[in-house]
Amino acid sequence: MKIFYHIGKYLLFLKKVFKRPQKRNIFIQNIFFEIEKLGINSIIIVFIISVFMGAVITLQTAYNIEVSFVPLYLVGLGTRDSMFLEFSSTIVALILAGKVGANIASEIGTMKIREQIEALDIMGVNSESYLVLPKIIAAVFSFPLLTLFSMFVGIFGGYIAVWLTGAIPIDDFVYGLHYYFVPFYITYSVIKMTVFAFIIATVPAYQAYFIRGGALEVGRANTKAVVYSSVLVLFFNVVITQILLS
Amino acid sequence: MITVKNISKSFGKEQILYDISLTFERGKTSLIIGQSGSGKTVLLKSIIGIHEIDKGEIIFGNEVYSAMNPKEKQKIRKEIGMVFQGGALFDSYTVYENVIFPLRMFSGMSEKEMDKRVEFCLDRVNLHKVNDLYPSEISGGMQKRVAIARAIVLNPKYLFFDEPNSGLDPKTSIVIDNLIKELTEDFNTVTVINTHDMNSVIEIGDKTVFIYKGRKWWEGTNKEILNSDNKELNDFVFATELMRSIKKS
Repeated sequence: MKIFYHIGKYLLFLKKVFKRPQKRNIFIQNIFFEIEKLGINSIIIVFIISVFMGAVITLQTAYNIEVSFVPLYLVGLGTRDSMFLEFSSTIVALILAGKVGANIASEIGTMKIREQIEALDIMGVNSESYLVLPKIIAAVFSFPLLTLFSMFVGIFGGYIAVWLTGAIPIDDFVYGLHYYFVPFYITYSVIKMTVFAFIIATVPAYQAYFIRGGALEVGRANTKAVVYSSVLVLFFNVVITQILLS
Repeated sequence: MITVKNISKSFGKEQILYDISLTFERGKTSLIIGQSGSGKTVLLKSIIGIHEIDKGEIIFGNEVYSAMNPKEKQKIRKEIGMVFQGGALFDSYTVYENVIFPLRMFSGMSEKEMDKRVEFCLDRVNLHKVNDLYPSEISGGMQKRVAIARAIVLNPKYLFFDEPNSGLDPKTSIVIDNLIKELTEDFNTVTVINTHDMNSVIEIGDKTVFIYKGRKWWEGTNKEILNSDNKELNDFVFATELMRSIKKS
């Protein structure tokens, strides 16, 4: 029954978050600030993960093709589709749930226990909207771009791996990348990441916004934020896949 | 004026405040005192509207604040300045950004006018050359003064202080007390202070309310405290040798 209590509380929280911002120029300024903090500052981690993921998928596929009648260009095709369909959205989202989710939870949690959120409320500021709405917009805008970036970098990683190891001829790999390309896979991945971005921005904010106590509770909220948003990312991954690919 | 009429507040099954009625006047410094856990912080936060009351009325001027919807309450809240126990300054903002924040949100002033107002408020609390420092880079007393500057920047009608002297040395406490008194008189605000500090009670309290086990136990002036025969009040106020010697003298 507790889950229904939290779903209701979360929806009421979102209702307050989506109230009209009180000062437009400050709101826009905050969005740009959050885009830098949540999106641009995640580029390096997304680059590192994606380049290695792309390289590993390529090498694993190449070394597992033992049957001679399986064409080698399938390595390129497999790398491309794995990155496009799953890794650049779901795996990157799980990494961002850890990095960005913990960041949001610790920021809001610390503000809460230091009475800074009460200070905002007393001033007449809608603290939910002021603190959380720019994060949601920044995440929903920048995370899909990170997904596109991850796709590109993952394939680049695969290419570098083939070039360095010679696991398969490079021409076969490139042919596979072009073979039977389905543009909808990109749309599918971007839609998935948009939903994941919303989860990653709102679930940690909700976890932190209602904490009571001290530093220990901020730590607990951080852990809960990462675990719950990761589980929800995985759950909605299945739901969206069923809806969009069935 | 703020009028509190028969308010009660519970958290779950635990009742914290019982049927409290009070008035706080403009241009006067009113103090709420009581032991830790007596309910004075809950009382202060209930008056401001951070906690919803279960029963009773809170009236700011002629408007029944406790009956207002959140949008109407926001209007009154812009007339409230609050200094929290820990200052509640925004860590990631500089001193200047903390003080200018309410102006940017609500004033409609130009940058130049806001800048002038911030300088005035920081000057009023005797803070100079700290504009670019972060709260973590200044002392506790300075943080309190920044919080006061932020509280007065919108020219509030009502000022609330939660333990303004906690964590401060006696000398800095006197500076903060005198500042609060001066601001109350200069800006003609309704000032309510939640405190344990007996020096504040004696020095700046125009009116003192003693809260005991969630009830208003005693109310009077700082002079009346010294001559009161209320046992619980005397046990609290004259707990130290210093206060007992003041009473004797």
